[in-house]
Amino acid sequence: MLAFLIQRVLQAIFVMFVVALISFSLFHYVGDPVLNMLGQEATEADRAALRAQLGLDQPVVVQFWNFIVNAAQFEFGISYRSARPVTDLILERLPATLELAIISAIFAVVMGILLGIYTALRRRSWLANFIMTASLIGVSLPTFLIGVLLIYLFAVELGMLPAFGRGQTVRIGDWWTTGLLTTSGLRSLILPAITLGLFQLTLIMRLVRAEMLEVLSTDYIKFARARGLSNRVVHLRHALKNTMIPVITIIGLQLGTIIAFAIITETVFQWPGVGALFITAVRFVDVPVMAAYLMMIALVFVVINLVVDLLYYAVDPRLRAQGGGK
Amino acid sequence: MSQNVQTRDSAAPVVPPKPSKWRTFLDSDIVYSWKRQPVVIVATLVTLIMFAAALFAPWIAPQNPFDPRQLELIDAFTPPMTTSDFTGNFYLLGSDSQGRDVFSAILYGSRISLLVGFAAVIFALVMGTALGLLAGFRGGWRDALIMRIADVQLTFPSILMALLIFGVIRGFLPRSMHAEVAIIVLIIAIGLSDWVQYARAVRGATMVEKSKEYVQAARVIGLPARKILFQHILPNVMRPVLVIGTIGLALAIIAEATLSFLGVGMPATQPSLGTLIRVGQDYMFSGEWWILLFPGVALLILALSVNLLGDWLRDVLNPKLR
Amino acid sequence: MSSTPSSDNQRPAQLSAAPVAGHEPGTAGQEPVLSVRHLRVEFPTRHGTLVALDDVSFDIAPGEVLGVVGESGAGKSMTGNAVIRLLEPPGHIAAGEVRLSGKRIDDLPEERFVPLRGRHIGMIFQDPLTSLNPLFSVGDQLIETIRTHLPMNEREAREEALKLLREVGIPAPENRIDSYPHQFSGGMRQRVVIALALAARPEFIIADEPTTALDVSVQAQILALLKRLCADHGTAVMLVTHDMGVIAETADRVAVMYAGRLIEIGPVDQVIRHPQHPYTKGLMASIPGIAKRLERLYQIEGSMPRLAAIPEGCAFNPRCPHAQQRCRDERPDLMPAGGSRAACWLHDPVDPLPPRQDAEGEEVSHVR
Repeated sequence: MLAFLIQRVLQAIFVMFVVALISFSLFHYVGDPVLNMLGQEATEADRAALRAQLGLDQPVVVQFWNFIVNAAQFEFGISYRSARPVTDLILERLPATLELAIISAIFAVVMGILLGIYTALRRRSWLANFIMTASLIGVSLPTFLIGVLLIYLFAVELGMLPAFGRGQTVRIGDWWTTGLLTTSGLRSLILPAITLGLFQLTLIMRLVRAEMLEVLSTDYIKFARARGLSNRVVHLRHALKNTMIPVITIIGLQLGTIIAFAIITETVFQWPGVGALFITAVRFVDVPVMAAYLMMIALVFVVINLVVDLLYYAVDPRLRAQGGGK
Repeated sequence: MSQNVQTRDSAAPVVPPKPSKWRTFLDSDIVYSWKRQPVVIVATLVTLIMFAAALFAPWIAPQNPFDPRQLELIDAFTPPMTTSDFTGNFYLLGSDSQGRDVFSAILYGSRISLLVGFAAVIFALVMGTALGLLAGFRGGWRDALIMRIADVQLTFPSILMALLIFGVIRGFLPRSMHAEVAIIVLIIAIGLSDWVQYARAVRGATMVEKSKEYVQAARVIGLPARKILFQHILPNVMRPVLVIGTIGLALAIIAEATLSFLGVGMPATQPSLGTLIRVGQDYMFSGEWWILLFPGVALLILALSVNLLGDWLRDVLNPKLR
Repeated sequence: MSSTPSSDNQRPAQLSAAPVAGHEPGTAGQEPVLSVRHLRVEFPTRHGTLVALDDVSFDIAPGEVLGVVGESGAGKSMTGNAVIRLLEPPGHIAAGEVRLSGKRIDDLPEERFVPLRGRHIGMIFQDPLTSLNPLFSVGDQLIETIRTHLPMNEREAREEALKLLREVGIPAPENRIDSYPHQFSGGMRQRVVIALALAARPEFIIADEPTTALDVSVQAQILALLKRLCADHGTAVMLVTHDMGVIAETADRVAVMYAGRLIEIGPVDQVIRHPQHPYTKGLMASIPGIAKRLERLYQIEGSMPRLAAIPEGCAFNPRCPHAQQRCRDERPDLMPAGGSRAACWLHDPVDPLPPRQDAEGEEVSHVR
């Protein structure tokens, strides 16, 4: 158990180190930060002063060390474009992204698992076939197109839901704003959450269905039936648990993808989150914001990977035994 | 199943009335499976039609949407299926704010979408295959290094990688050049974000082939490594590569459309389908729905058909991948 | 494997019972625990309907062990799966009836059939490695089975589970009950499977090749265990196997299947020593030990027909040395033959076919 954990944590640290190296290289080699911040008209003295202030006159290794130390304290410097601290920019937009991502993830996971189970158990029903066909279209479509079409249908043609923005938000604590407490906030959330979740939903559904069908054809399920267990127990206790083992991994990784794909959804719905911030940064080569976003996403992915590994470990007794438990 | 494709070359001497390669191809499982699935047949036809339409766009399209001299500003926002009162031009799918024919824009747009898609896939395929061969054949630190990089890159979704690479390349270029080289930057960004899958598949297949007796024998008789690699191993690893490539094409088309939609891909002066949708989104609320909807539907059909074809090909060529 | 017919049989009374019209030999005077009549199982496929079981009838008396033998694909396992209604779709029972202690069960709706499984009909599968759910401890699986069928609370069920594990010979069950299946050896796992199948004391169990996947050294132990437990509880067994040695040692009676049909059924020593159907004769002659006089093992010419291509008349006729026109036209039912019953026109009580004679006037035999 411990060896396994240590190995995983080391791997996570390695990934973070590589990402930090990339972020740092971005910052250091893409364009001239001083030129970017001061513009063409600044004097040579101003530049030298800023260079010293940013630590750019120090050896590269020292700079990299400083970068890591700063990153560990969520310090990523000043945005070239808005001249504000990157950390502030990200923090004020983080709640919007997290709320969107979490709601989408819940939507995708819950619906994906339910539909996956349904289509596996009622394989021959017309509804299951319809869902499967529809999901094929869902997998093939680019997220942004789904979003645009949803806006066109529900906001423009039917006028049922808002087309963009977050609606009214409420401030909680120092920096968290939430749209979950107002009607307009909730209504605004519906279309983006569906857009963002739909792809993952279809993916999870197809995976659950495939795994479930495979599990249902195994001997231990047949034997469970032969023991007289009810369909309910066989399907929801035995089959589901075995199905979930491979599914957990994918679902975990998909959660990370949701945060990354939020970039697209946020652009479509003009959602004021970090994804939209990142896109603007890419468009204007705002390196500090790009570097910070990259580090943040990397952290999310690494943490999710770790949690998935641990979960996997908790569910499957065979792994526990190999890990040296008994 | 796996025999069937290979017998195309080797079966000829065995069967007395030598069947033509075309004949054997028609008898193969691929064709059999193709004929039995109406959805796949439709997807093939639609894909072929869209490829042809994109290829012959200059001859099919009523106007060249990139040539400002051919645009009639006075015909702006003509609805679909309408003949303009001013110029007498017929607009099948309507026109946009510049008086640009949406149908022509779609034809030229899918041309760019497909060009970027194909080029990015070839880029990723060549790079991934080369690195995969290197890693699998030579092993050692090269293998370790390449696979570690692949692992780190796989941690992130490829669209994110593409965005990042795009941003970085642009950072190195002066701003004035951005629009001109957009297409090349886009191809490199999408290609670089997608090489890992090829590399992994090729590395695995190479290691399997390398341990087989004929390769061992070739080594024993002193064939140079390059010859073994290109004459013996490469042909054997091409099959998974082609399967991944077909699915990769659909993904690359979607990636291009997404980047262009996000405003970091093709500029409005040289629009791909994604760019057209981004531009069209602005007119959605004012009632000019055709500027958005038709490019959207075109992308939808293109992505869906290519995807269906890729899925089918994967199932036929490599049932194990499923 | 010894060829000795079950000399240590514990129920000689059933063996010696005289055949009665309409009843299987061996079940006279007692209500059979399982009674199968004219069972037909079909698999609709794209190329037409396959008949996997055709007009299969037999009885099993309480406490009796009926061996079912035949080549793979003959319908042995299919019979077991049909009785417990675990046929793989699209397979289904198309005709006939199945009675459990006189009550018809094949037409029960699924929700009324489910409680019968495990409680009245148990089943043991071939591969103990895959019969247990790897994610649940052995105790969990036992307790859930016990509590499904018997009115016990968690603690009582655990006690019962421990008792069962002890009974099937798991050493130190208190230490093993919370272990997971992968922590047991193959033989131990099959013991657990037997404990699970017998957990609710069913009066009848189907054992589908229960030892085939095990090491030879373990096979005998598991068979002895199964036989002892069933004798102790008075559980009847339908033992499906392709291994005549297992049948000889374990079964009271034996049923021989061929191409989805039952072709011979009778007391085990009768069928082994005096097989009546030409196929059974060939089968016995091809088994080392039973055919020990021979230097070379006999092989039946040809192979069993595919389900899609079963010939008219007797299914065995293309391979049968005695086949005559009638065998190609009319399908024989089971009819009394020696101490058993066989589906062969040679034994037609009204108009028996003469066996074919060869040039020296000797009866054509499989044994050369």
